[in-house]
Amino acid sequence: MPNVFIALQRNEETRPIIDAILMDNPGAQLDEQPAMVKINVPGRLVVRKSTIEQEIGRDFDLQELHVNLITLTGNIDESDDEFVLSWIH
Amino acid sequence: MQIDLRTVSIQPLRQTYNHIADYLGADKAASRYVEATMGVQGTTNFHYRPTWDPEREMFDERRTAIKMRDWYVLKDPRQYYYGSYTQARARMQETAESDFDFVESRGLAESYDDGARRAALDFYIPLRHVAWGGNLNGGYQSAYGYGTAITQASLYASMDQLGIAQYLTRLGLLMGNEAELEAGKHAWLNAPAWQPLRKYVEDSFVIKDWFENFVAQNMALDGLLFGLAYREVDRKLNERAGPTISMLTRFPAEWFPETSKWVDAVVKATAAESAENKAQLQEWYAHWADRAQEALMPVAQLALGEEAGEALSRVRAQLDARMAKAGLAV
Repeated sequence: MPNVFIALQRNEETRPIIDAILMDNPGAQLDEQPAMVKINVPGRLVVRKSTIEQEIGRDFDLQELHVNLITLTGNIDESDDEFVLSWIH
Repeated sequence: MQIDLRTVSIQPLRQTYNHIADYLGADKAASRYVEATMGVQGTTNFHYRPTWDPEREMFDERRTAIKMRDWYVLKDPRQYYYGSYTQARARMQETAESDFDFVESRGLAESYDDGARRAALDFYIPLRHVAWGGNLNGGYQSAYGYGTAITQASLYASMDQLGIAQYLTRLGLLMGNEAELEAGKHAWLNAPAWQPLRKYVEDSFVIKDWFENFVAQNMALDGLLFGLAYREVDRKLNERAGPTISMLTRFPAEWFPETSKWVDAVVKATAAESAENKAQLQEWYAHWADRAQEALMPVAQLALGEEAGEALSRVRAQLDARMAKAGLAV
């Protein structure tokens, strides 16, 4: 299955988000680059609001993700609780 | 001419401090909160025992009946260290300031219903003194507690209580005048309705065990008082005279659910440690929550009349549910 990926800036704000993505996506591969982190997952990548909230201990609006988002691939399926990347239409 | 851009990735030799890596189990990047919290408590090389407590060390785990193998499990889920705490509070303060500005600039205080104004002032102004008690108790927990994970959060809660006292003072000055503050103090010292609560607050000052102090203040009293004052009484005033008071009490109203997350996490981790801890917490909680509920009754009647009993039971049920969720049998 082809990979999807999400690339985020690497800073204090994204650390818990990255941890949450790695927790929710067992097949995820972390590609750490200077000032940037790319997370590759075969097929489907999910970013879950509840996991991020548990990591940072406050309410989190998934839209906050976009402040530190560099790029991504895949089709986006977005709700209030989940942000999903996949190649499925 | 052609320019090639190339990035070179430099791996740092280590991701965090050794003592943090020992704690987290691997050399991975740690959050600022973890770095500012773990292993900060002074543990060795105390040259003298304190003259005021020669049986124990300066910082000593034995100042409470609660026993923990590792005091750093009492982490704050909000992950407040000095930097993140001050930023979060600055944001809340900005909102509160603009609410005060709004009330002032639209003249909402002058047009507020006079009967409701009297009720609001009579109820909220003496609460300044309760908040000051919370400030003192937070300082006590922070001074005699053990482990930076809980003592730093206690100190922040202590400062927040001082802030709440100040916002209540400003509410008094905006809705009334300086005489209202005097009258509030007089009520706190003399009015029969306030004496049970005053006794509760003063009794909490002489609790020796700092964890029991935490139970009496942060779990029992705050748990019931904030539900009563900033939900039940607030709703009642809204029905009578609109949301002006809600705007002026926005800080405590938003502070309470946020701080509850921390209190619940501390209760949960402590109760999960051992059956003895759990039993001790339950005993303290049952004692202080019953006393707090009793002490708040006349004050609730002051603000809510005959609806007071029902409102207070609602607040107690919510608090019991919170504690049950955190692992206590209530």
